Amino acid sequence: MIADFAVAVVQVLVVGMGAPLLVGVLRTLKARLVGRRGPSPWQPYADLRKLLGKEVVVSTTTSWVFRATPYVLVATMLVTALIVPVSVARPPLAFAGNVILLVYLFMLGTFFLALAGLDAGSAFGGMGSSREVAVAALAEPTVIVAVFALALRADTIDLGRVVERFGQEPWLAANPAHLLAFAAFFIVMLAETGRLPVDNPATHLELTMIHEAMVLEYSGRYLALVEWAGAMKLFLFMTLLANLFVPWGLTGPVEPGAVLLGLLALAAKLAVLTGAVALLETTVAKLRLFRVPELLAGSFALAFLSLMAVILFR
Amino acid sequence: MDRLAYGLAALVGIAAAALGSYGMIGGVGTLRVVWLVPLGGLELTLDPLGGFFLALIGFAAVPASIYAMGSSPGERRDRFAYLVFVLSMCLVPLAANTMTFAITWELMSLASYFLVLHDRESKASIYAGWVYAVMTHAGLACLLAGMLLLGAWTGSPRFEDWRAAAPALSGAARNAVFVLLGLGFAGKAGVIPLHVWLPLAHPAAPSHVSALMSSVMIKLGVYGLLRVSLDWLGAGPAWWGVAILIAGAASSVIGVLYALVDHDLKRLLAFHSIENIGIILLGVGSAVLYHGAGLPAPALLGLAAALYHTVNHAAFKALLFLGAGAVVHATGTRNMEELGGLIKRMPWTAACFLVGSAAIAALPPLNGFVSEWLTFVALFQNRHLAAVGLNLVFILGIASLALTGGLAMACFVKAFGITFLALPRSDAAAHAHEAPVTMRLAMLTLAASCVALGLGPTLVIPVLGAVAASVLGEAPPATVGDWLTLHVSGGYASLSTLAIAIALGAALLVPLVTLPLVRASRRTRDYETWGCGRIMQTARMEYTATAFANPFKRVFDFFYRPTKRLDIEFHPESRFFVQRIEYENPARSIFHDWLYRPALDLLRAGARAAGALQSGSANLYLAYILAALLLMLVLA
Amino acid sequence: MFRQLRIAIRTGIVTEPAARGGEIERIGERLASEIARLFGRSLAIRQVDAGSCNGCELEIGGLTGPHYDLERFGVHFVASPRHADCLLVTGPVTRNMAEPLRRTWQATPDPKFVVAVGDCGRDGGIFRGSYAVVGGVADVVPVDAVIPGCPPSPAALLAGILEAIGRPR
Repeated sequence: MIADFAVAVVQVLVVGMGAPLLVGVLRTLKARLVGRRGPSPWQPYADLRKLLGKEVVVSTTTSWVFRATPYVLVATMLVTALIVPVSVARPPLAFAGNVILLVYLFMLGTFFLALAGLDAGSAFGGMGSSREVAVAALAEPTVIVAVFALALRADTIDLGRVVERFGQEPWLAANPAHLLAFAAFFIVMLAETGRLPVDNPATHLELTMIHEAMVLEYSGRYLALVEWAGAMKLFLFMTLLANLFVPWGLTGPVEPGAVLLGLLALAAKLAVLTGAVALLETTVAKLRLFRVPELLAGSFALAFLSLMAVILFR
Repeated sequence: MDRLAYGLAALVGIAAAALGSYGMIGGVGTLRVVWLVPLGGLELTLDPLGGFFLALIGFAAVPASIYAMGSSPGERRDRFAYLVFVLSMCLVPLAANTMTFAITWELMSLASYFLVLHDRESKASIYAGWVYAVMTHAGLACLLAGMLLLGAWTGSPRFEDWRAAAPALSGAARNAVFVLLGLGFAGKAGVIPLHVWLPLAHPAAPSHVSALMSSVMIKLGVYGLLRVSLDWLGAGPAWWGVAILIAGAASSVIGVLYALVDHDLKRLLAFHSIENIGIILLGVGSAVLYHGAGLPAPALLGLAAALYHTVNHAAFKALLFLGAGAVVHATGTRNMEELGGLIKRMPWTAACFLVGSAAIAALPPLNGFVSEWLTFVALFQNRHLAAVGLNLVFILGIASLALTGGLAMACFVKAFGITFLALPRSDAAAHAHEAPVTMRLAMLTLAASCVALGLGPTLVIPVLGAVAASVLGEAPPATVGDWLTLHVSGGYASLSTLAIAIALGAALLVPLVTLPLVRASRRTRDYETWGCGRIMQTARMEYTATAFANPFKRVFDFFYRPTKRLDIEFHPESRFFVQRIEYENPARSIFHDWLYRPALDLLRAGARAAGALQSGSANLYLAYILAALLLMLVLA
Repeated sequence: MFRQLRIAIRTGIVTEPAARGGEIERIGERLASEIARLFGRSLAIRQVDAGSCNGCELEIGGLTGPHYDLERFGVHFVASPRHADCLLVTGPVTRNMAEPLRRTWQATPDPKFVVAVGDCGRDGGIFRGSYAVVGGVADVVPVDAVIPGCPPSPAALLAGILEAIGRPR
């Protein structure tokens, strides 16, 4: 009980405090790759702190949905932090659900953010909402099919048990189906967290925005919460990708040593993934919006092939 | 006193709910009046499955009737038809032989036909009523054919006798009966491609009727399918389950695709009913396949998931229809492109509609999420099946369910966002008023039930498991977990929406507590929406529903086949000044173009050809009579 | 993709150290130290073109490139004034842009400050006195600092912005 509570606190702190660092490291890496010195990896913390000191300008067109959304976003991310295996294989809320719950928890956040985009009554917000829900809807089948491929091999869909099985029997993971599922999930990660080639997080042109367009109306502490939730979403998706497909370092029993080992392993895996994403973002151009469904269909095809491979070679 | 009919209907609903619950927990009863009607007499039997559907009807009828008391009373004919509608629906799950079933089914269809036609002046209403009448009677013809054939082959019109005698029939006979009865029930349920009446009839009827039609009447089609595939005919070949599964997958995706591009609030909800029937059929199909393969636990899971989704859909669809009715009552229009900003003028309706939208979008911790989760896990159990072909069908089902979940969320962002948020797009919306107390009460009850069904699966699943077990003839599941968590299939998966809800509540407190701790600024200022500094900001600059659906229309254009029309009216003086632009981009229904129009054309051609027989000459007719008489004498 | 990476790795980091002691004219009464305290580590700039000839915009555009690299000081450009702390206004404020500029300023949350760029921003520059021009940003919104020049070079701009937020480097 106490151990579970301690792990819960540790995971929430790691995800909550570590997410801005992840975003900062990604920005610095991207800058270095194009020959700039770039911001410091700790810059997002300064940004958030400054935002907390600003006033909030609320549009008179909006309703309580607009004001509630930042809190809902943060709440869903924090709850997700207790379900995703961040430091140990079976985090405190793992009994509450599995990857299906995760997908729909993320969708809860997207639902409210899309509503907030429509609430301001501006064309930019509506456009962002429309595009964001389109991408989210088309990315969902890939996630479910890819995780089902994993669940078939591990004979359970409970995230913690999948991680434990793959950790204890690494040869289960040495399989082309695993690689295909990883590639599919990687593309979905890029789509859901709004990275290139699906969405450019640093763009200023509203017609090219997907996620940013929905947050154009937020300011002050609301913007701080929304940005923080976005950083946590990236952190959690990368953690899911890392710990579900490469579960080494995560152990079952909840002891201080195991938790520390899990966190160190996670840091290493996240470093590799961040490097890969930074590399991809600096070399690949953003896709035209109506080419994104083709990319997502391609990722679905990969996930489907992965599942077929598992079924045919059982 | 003109609302007496609705009060009576509410009382009937309460009685039905009570009786149905009694049936679900195992109480049985029979009522038999042999002399009342020919062919077996009137026979009503209560068993767990029938009790479940009876309780469902009662559960939905009560809020709908309370809501109806708040709306305009309508003509006496409509009130009487409503009472008959509710009563006949309650009797259908209790029917125990062909005649009783046919009478109650037809009463239900006729009553609902009159309710659909309540606005006798509008052409759209008349067309809707006509299509509904044709489709429902075509379905009845199939049902009667199937039931009479089965009765003839087994020697008795009673359902109980079919259970005993049907396994002895030949495979071809059972297949034929399955196809006939399946088509009839699928037509009532609104399964693709027999769905054409649903998006016409549900918007035409008044809202409390639409709520009942969508939440319980089409479920009686599901009830029939359950009886056919699992009860009356015994275990069947695998293609039965595959057909149901594929029909479910197709309905779920196609239903939501049509809903995405629709901007009539009630027609959008009707298409979502098709989608949810698809999800229910995914559970039913998986149960049929597992039952046929001799896997009792997955079959129980599939059937329990389907039954749970039936209840949940009744709850949130009724809520959404009542909410839409409140909107139409307040603004006089169903067109989303003319609404907007209603959350400020109708806060209660908006909050209830938001709960309904979140529930139908399967967002945790509400009820839609629980039943979709169960359906997913039930579909995942295909790991126990060895046939790769069956695995493929299940994967199709899984992918469809995943796609439909995301698209439903997108559609309800559109429905709630365009209707309730931002600025009003017309005067009607700007002057809307909140719904009366009875309407609000009905909606709040349903919203509360959505939350309760979502947070309490550990209480609901044992009951549904017992009902499912009685249908499949298995023992009820031993343990499904404790008060907090639902455990499925021996450690395969677990779910606890209560824990999620508590965690979400606690997590909501985290920013509320930490923001003051880090001394965040609390200043707030009101100003206009950022519009790039534009001088004029009006409601015309908001996003429209057509624009919101545009990405989907583009992605799925092979399915929608949109026909774009752009009319530009230039100023008479110069082509450089534009006075008016009209843009229309409607989607075409491929079912109309490829299925119904060719079928109707064929029918008309055949009728024209057969019309040659009616030359008008009395001598020819006498010759026909003579020929028929000679033929009968030869054959007898 | 790999060719691009090879070039990037071979070229390395080309950022030049920022010049010190930027020349700005402080107009507002707000204490420089207050702006420095609030925005010294993180500043979001929204650039507003109030009818400029785009000469200043071209120079501002160079700030985000590898040579001048504004981001290394924690300063970045944002799309919406709701996200901004500083409005970087160019141009002599034409009559058509006066009201939009005012609305942009109102849309920016407090605390905020305004930096006018170039001679046009200071008093209308070479367009001063024209019928289409209001004349200087200070005539429309309260200005805290002016970076003179026509146009000011990116080095001057960088130094000026850093001076405004009190960064020693």
